[in-house]
Amino acid sequence: MTVAQQIITIGLCVIGTMATRFLPFLVFKSDKPVPKYIDYLGKALPASIFGMLVVYCMKDVSILGGSHGLPEFIAIAVVIILHLWRKNMLLSVAGGTVCYMLLVQFVF
Amino acid sequence: MRKNRIVKALLFAFPKTIPIFAGFWFLGFSYGVLMNVNGFSFVYPMLMSMTIFGGSLEFVAASMLLSTFAPLQTLLAALMIQARHLFYGISMLEKYKDTGWKKPYLIFGMCDESFSINYSTEIPDDIDKGWFMFFVTLLNRVYWVTGSTLGGIIGGLIKFNTYGLSFVMTAMFVVIFLDQWLKEKQHISSCVGLSASVLCLIVFGAENFMIPTMICITLILTLLRKPIERKDSEDKQ
Repeated sequence: MTVAQQIITIGLCVIGTMATRFLPFLVFKSDKPVPKYIDYLGKALPASIFGMLVVYCMKDVSILGGSHGLPEFIAIAVVIILHLWRKNMLLSVAGGTVCYMLLVQFVF
Repeated sequence: MRKNRIVKALLFAFPKTIPIFAGFWFLGFSYGVLMNVNGFSFVYPMLMSMTIFGGSLEFVAASMLLSTFAPLQTLLAALMIQARHLFYGISMLEKYKDTGWKKPYLIFGMCDESFSINYSTEIPDDIDKGWFMFFVTLLNRVYWVTGSTLGGIIGGLIKFNTYGLSFVMTAMFVVIFLDQWLKEKQHISSCVGLSASVLCLIVFGAENFMIPTMICITLILTLLRKPIERKDSEDKQ
């Protein structure tokens, strides 16, 4: 690939990304009321999205092979327990991550 | 007075971004190292992180740069990988309203993590919402760009025992999901998100499941609009 082709490739990635980020705001301008259906989606979607993002993070975990996703599920359980207990985001995230690192480095 | 408001928003925003700091430095660094190992100058990861600012696409773009020039394929891949931002935009239409000159920047820098923090944080009345969201977006971007630039400069020279650190992002999304779960009046949408993603992941595989998942979620939420709206308004009374 020449430098010009590299620049075009990167540029297309930027255009693709920005299209998906800006499109909703360009279609539904803030000076006009948003259609009721879109307003509903805007309120109902985030809960689904957060679920989707959790699964997205786990997409490469293989349940059938390797460690069967055990370190992931144990660490997630630790995150949930810590969070229900202290409701402190930093503590839950740090605790879960340390637990996961110990599990994958020393146990599995 | 005005300066004070800005500093206050920054001080409120920073702690919320610490998990992202760890995650982005680690992932950004890995990405920079990958580029370095593949023979690219650190300028590439730096500029790509500044302009694209999307982790998964940047990793894919690294392999695109190494193969033959295929512009249409590149654009399609970018649109498919980044399509989930459409959901973020629809969800942030209301919150990004009235943010003035900051709005284009907030949209430009709207990654998974900035969206999640900006959407889910309950901002106290004495904190300026626009500045808070601005700093969350800016800080996350700074973490990613500095991490990937450093990785590009240092390359494979040093090795840390950081195996497993990328779990920090998973942990953060689990916490955000849990907070949403504890806060919401009905769990329909949360359950739809989880189950549709898992089903599509099984059916379509890790590489291709996001677009089918988004279509499923939109369809199911559209079908369940009446019960969801009813439950949400019931509990308000």
